[in-house]
Amino acid sequence: MRAFVAFLTGSLFGLGLLISGMTDTTKVQGWLDVFGTWDPTLAFVMGGAIIPMAIAWRFTIGRKPVLAADFPTPPEPKIGRNLVIGSTLFGMGWGLAGLCPGPALASLSYGGTGGLVFLVAMLAGMILTPGLRLRMDRALAPA
Amino acid sequence: MQSDWIMGLIGGGLIGLAGALFLLVNGRVMGASGIIGGLVDGSGRHDWAERAALIAGLVMVPALAALALGGAQTNLTGNWAVIIAAGLLVGVGTRLANGCTSGHGVCGISRLSLRGIVATVFYIGAGGLTVVLFRHILGVI
Repeated sequence: MRAFVAFLTGSLFGLGLLISGMTDTTKVQGWLDVFGTWDPTLAFVMGGAIIPMAIAWRFTIGRKPVLAADFPTPPEPKIGRNLVIGSTLFGMGWGLAGLCPGPALASLSYGGTGGLVFLVAMLAGMILTPGLRLRMDRALAPA
Repeated sequence: MQSDWIMGLIGGGLIGLAGALFLLVNGRVMGASGIIGGLVDGSGRHDWAERAALIAGLVMVPALAALALGGAQTNLTGNWAVIIAAGLLVGVGTRLANGCTSGHGVCGISRLSLRGIVATVFYIGAGGLTVVLFRHILGVI
């Protein structure tokens, strides 16, 4: 049952990404490019997505999820090195290609060979990260 | 174009509804990089079926919808070096930061998470600077 809900979640997510134009890299790069012909679409997508999500978070207060024991607890409000470095690296890749993880999967069927190569490189990066994180922690740990 | 904004709002609303469904029913945060990353690095082995099912919907439904709409375009660059570098950066960056546009952006900002807001400021800032540098100064993208 949880898997079925997850499938529905992915379906709505994918449909939303396609309809909103977020699998079109020119719209994403057009939003990031403040010195070009600026494309405001992404701001509308973000706004449109944040509103139902904010209502959902409000609804979690004092309740339990239907098919789970508890709602996710908020992570420690700590702004660590990995959050800042990681988000910066992610932003660089996002700007270069105009794809992030959700749209990279949603566009798999029509993204051509380039889309597939992007996905494989992204998965490789994800597999490499635990080792990389360990090395960074070791290198930057106080002696 | 005006219709782009409307389609953006409708599509965004669907993405938010998807996240709300996953949160209220399964009690999980809908973050694409975490769901995929947990499958490929083994950290999400215990709930692989839920992750795989979400990814199946995320791939299959846009595929069918694109067919029904008569095709869709990603307009991705043809520069292989850029594609590979971008993919690696997105993979490492989102896992290091524990989230991407859906997890930190949509799900984090909507609960006023400081981490989500800071992450979003950094990836949008870095993305903007990258586009300006590689498009207007270096002329690569």
